[in-house]
Amino acid sequence: MSESSKKMHPHKFTLWIAIGSITMMFAGFTSAYIVKSNQAGWQPVQMPKIFFLSTVLILASSLTIYLAQKAMAAREMAKYRTLISTTALLGLAFVVTQFLGFSELWQQKITFKESVAGSFFYIITGVHALHVIGGVIALIVLFARMYSSKTKFYSTAPVETAGLYWHFVDILWIYLFVFFLLVS
Amino acid sequence: MSSEATHIQQQTLTVPHETHVEIHHDHHHETFLTKYVFSQDHKTIAKQFLITGMFWALIGGLFSVIFRLQLGFPEAKFPWMEILLGEWAKGGQLQAEAYYALVTMHGTVLVFFVLTAGLSGTFANFLIPLQVGARDMASPFLNMLSYWFFFTASIVMLSSLFVQTGPFSGGWTAYPPLSALGEASPGSKVGMDLWLISMSLFVVSSLLGGLNYIATILNMRTKGMSMTRLPLTIWALFFTAVLGVLSFPVLFSGFILLIFDRHFGTSFYLSDIYINGQALPNEGGSAILYQHLFWFLGHPEVYIILLPAMGMASEILSVNSRKPIFGYMAMVGSLFAITILAFLVWAHHMFVTGLNPFLGAFFVLLTLLIAVPSAIKVFNWLTTLWKGNIRFTPGMLFAMGFVSLFISGGLTGIFLGNSSLDIHLHDTYFVVAHFHIVMGVASMFGMFAGIYHWYPKMYSRYLNNTLGYIHFWVTMIGAYLIFWPMHYEGLAGMPRRYYKFDIWESFKHFGTLNQFISIVSIIVFLAQILFLVNFFYSIWKGRKVTTQNPWGANTLEWTTPITPGHGNWSGEIPEVHRWAYDYGKDGKEFITQVTPVDDSESKH
Repeated sequence: MSESSKKMHPHKFTLWIAIGSITMMFAGFTSAYIVKSNQAGWQPVQMPKIFFLSTVLILASSLTIYLAQKAMAAREMAKYRTLISTTALLGLAFVVTQFLGFSELWQQKITFKESVAGSFFYIITGVHALHVIGGVIALIVLFARMYSSKTKFYSTAPVETAGLYWHFVDILWIYLFVFFLLVS
Repeated sequence: MSSEATHIQQQTLTVPHETHVEIHHDHHHETFLTKYVFSQDHKTIAKQFLITGMFWALIGGLFSVIFRLQLGFPEAKFPWMEILLGEWAKGGQLQAEAYYALVTMHGTVLVFFVLTAGLSGTFANFLIPLQVGARDMASPFLNMLSYWFFFTASIVMLSSLFVQTGPFSGGWTAYPPLSALGEASPGSKVGMDLWLISMSLFVVSSLLGGLNYIATILNMRTKGMSMTRLPLTIWALFFTAVLGVLSFPVLFSGFILLIFDRHFGTSFYLSDIYINGQALPNEGGSAILYQHLFWFLGHPEVYIILLPAMGMASEILSVNSRKPIFGYMAMVGSLFAITILAFLVWAHHMFVTGLNPFLGAFFVLLTLLIAVPSAIKVFNWLTTLWKGNIRFTPGMLFAMGFVSLFISGGLTGIFLGNSSLDIHLHDTYFVVAHFHIVMGVASMFGMFAGIYHWYPKMYSRYLNNTLGYIHFWVTMIGAYLIFWPMHYEGLAGMPRRYYKFDIWESFKHFGTLNQFISIVSIIVFLAQILFLVNFFYSIWKGRKVTTQNPWGANTLEWTTPITPGHGNWSGEIPEVHRWAYDYGKDGKEFITQVTPVDDSESKH
């Protein structure tokens, strides 16, 4: 084992394995999509424009959580609080833009009953959005913990673990985004 | 490697030290609820998995007895069956719908609840911390959650047996359209919804457990316990967890799509379907897609079931032959090879579903490749036994029975792995015979071997030996008598899953053979009841364990007190100095892992 894994926090380690697991779920989804897209009668879905904004938002949130980790390491707590809440807000904004995109598609008669490609698109991106919501909840817990605990708490492990997860859902989104652009 | 181990040791010692203090000073703080119900002690959780698994084994086994009665005696009437099953067995005769429901539940329960949760859940929980030298799992809380998710899954599945339209009845693989359309059959209604909820909870349970097992094995080993000093049980449980963590999520994605097809009008799996002459609007779906997603889990699943049995058999064979395991690294390597290949062979379950025959050729090749690591394992087990000083304990007999069944069942796998032979053999009793012997019964034998061998550590008492021998011989002979004849039936083309065969001229002559199989299966079922009686009787009344290391084994669990508390070792965790298989070395019968290496020792 390498030097880095020696020092890895057990929660972070477990998260790495969980990331492998979640990756397999999306590998299942996207390979199902590929298999289906090669069959007759397949009508691809046009990516809603607002999803480009989603991409910008989630990339920005990855940057803010990275800066939040740095702030925590430097014990600049005020800055840390701002950055963490910005990240959570960006995450929420991401989810909102996703739903705006969904309703845009739905109005174009791309519904569960009408379009198989559309159904895949809703479910795959929807399950990803659920993972982002999970990350937002984790950030809210982190944030609340700073006020609830009486002792000052300077461990970087929780924010590092949350950051790892956040970068993961970010990369996962980039993958899905590129995937839908290319395969459609 | 050693500096890393030291570090891990220091890390694990900090938390456990508090646990240790707790045992001595806060003993009265443990209530019944925290000690036996919502326990975070891996040993208690293991017992919870085991006993829940045994409950399900009883239910699943009883189901097989009932549908075997139908297959063996299609004309007979059993009034008691109507008392037990009510409408399902009107006039004492099993209804066709009920037959399919029972077959489906038998498969689901045995594969997932008994052989996944009951086998790997039990022994991963029990053995990992004890054999790697840890106070508990990496996250005892997640570990507890893992059990309670399984428990909830069990309650939901159990409740599906009591709904009016019956439990799901479309086969344990839950292929659409039977699983996707409520109108397709009575069992496809609420029974299928409960099946999906239960299985989703079960997937969560497996994932939580698997994450923990991997994290514990990689991070919590005691000082000196390098990966190559791990007992083979731990290696097997490690690969089992890897398989589960990587394949269950794919099944989960398949379930999500299925739920949308059932309830939200999507057409992932459905296309061009007529029910009662009515055309459904669904278009563009493919039932094959579900099969791909299902078998991407489904095939690794058979190794999730089998690997723990392999690991335990390796350990028990070595201990009771008083010989080192033959080819330790080859054993680890073959486990690794099986794990990789398990992900690459799923389509051999789909040769006749319309899969591209060209693609099928690759899956045939990869499937037959599994014979190589399997043969390595069999060779090593046999050479471990060879010229050993064998102690025929019940655990040892079951481990040897496991090897026997694995060989017999594995050989028929070579037939079934060929896509051309599969045209004739698919969906016949040949398949039933193959997977019951190699996966079902063999893994059950591994589980029994584990229970008999580690029972003294679990309950500080022994199981009754005489009952154990009776249990072994009846089950061993019975298993072959049940499944051997099924190969002939299958070669003759007798299809599986049929309700009765007496209306086919070509299968009529199997009537008495089917009766014979049914009678033997009842006898074998009764032998399992005997085992249950033995198990629960011995918890309170069994012969007490008086020595720390009753089997003269090398592994760490036998260095704990006879009844270990939460935290396992009362003092410091022992340091490991050697591998787990120094039996009969330099004239010593066994040298435990905690014995320092002597300068005069010969090298192994």
